[in-house]
Amino acid sequence: MTQLRVRVWRGGADGGFQPFAVPRQASQTVLDAVTYIQRVLDPTLAYRFACRVGMCGSCAMTVNGVARWTCRTHVDKVARDGRLEIAPLRSLPVVRDLVTEMRGFFDKWSRAEGVFRGARSRRDAFERVAPRSAQRLNVEAGIECIGCAVCYASCDVVAQNPEYLGPAALNRAWTLLNDVRDVAQAERLRAVAGDAGCHACHSQMGCTERCPKGIAPTASIAGLKRAAMRALLAGEL
Amino acid sequence: MSTRGETLLWVAQRASAALLALCVVVHLATMIYAIQGGLTAAEILGRTRGNLGWLVFYSVFIAAVVVHVPIGLRPVLGEWLEWRGTSREVFLVALALVLAVLGMRAVLGVFG
Ligand code: SF4
Ligand code: SF4
Ligand code: FES
Repeated sequence: MTQLRVRVWRGGADGGFQPFAVPRQASQTVLDAVTYIQRVLDPTLAYRFACRVGMCGSCAMTVNGVARWTCRTHVDKVARDGRLEIAPLRSLPVVRDLVTEMRGFFDKWSRAEGVFRGARSRRDAFERVAPRSAQRLNVEAGIECIGCAVCYASCDVVAQNPEYLGPAALNRAWTLLNDVRDVAQAERLRAVAGDAGCHACHSQMGCTERCPKGIAPTASIAGLKRAAMRALLAGEL
Repeated sequence: MSTRGETLLWVAQRASAALLALCVVVHLATMIYAIQGGLTAAEILGRTRGNLGWLVFYSVFIAAVVVHVPIGLRPVLGEWLEWRGTSREVFLVALALVLAVLGMRAVLGVFG
């Protein structure tokens, strides 16, 4: 049985890499390798996962320098000469080992008005939304986000400007901006069009390149820029 | 800066970029065309002196540069040097003025 040589980040921000040898298996994922280390080699290793099938968004790590969802990343695809280097996500504070503090990431979703605000109660009739309408298609393009923060960790603007709301929060705001049932659109546009919002994006698509769900936050952010421009010209911003 | 201000800057950046794309193409095409029989100062001045068309064209070119450069430099200063706030905006307005003065000096120099 061949061995994978895996270097894993240990400790906090000022920690370092610790080497492990992990048996190579067919169809092994990066998360499998991390789990093997925790179960067999060192039970003190801290890392996060839940669903193991690419739904919960909790397992993202930096694998050989690139942010990835580890439960759906095959070792075959990313190992170089049988080596893996696994570190916590960039641009988020390290709690311990592979676990990052996600609070700042999700706080930015709230700051971007990433919460649905409807006006109907359960006594009202359902809103009718045409499935092929332009707005519904915009929602469709961005709605499958699992909140994994891979895009966030891949964004250089986030790394250079800690205030920047980032691709995931802005993508969320865009899907809500296209939700015809939502009644807080003016507030939402004001929240995302400021200094650290959509206009800070360089449109270089690091997020879009890396998003495991195939979402294009860059396109969503471009949509926000156009919406902000229209609101400005209409005197509504 | 305010939401309105940021959005306004973005619109100005887009509009000036569109103008610049046009101006640069015309400028380069003219240069390539004009240089064919050799290039002399007298020939250039012969084309531009008293020509209102070129005066207007290059004034628009300068205006687009004056708008575009400071807006583009703004995030570079913010992200690379962590220079944000009022002092940065004052510097950029000053830079725009310098560009306007130098640019128009050159344009008027070949017109008059
Ligand atoms: S396109 Fe925008 S949000 Fe995406 S990585 Fe680049 S700067 Fe960040
Ligand atoms: S947009 Fe993609 S990469 Fe970003 S959090 Fe959502 S699923 Fe993850
Ligand atoms: S463990 Fe849920 S997405 Fe990877």
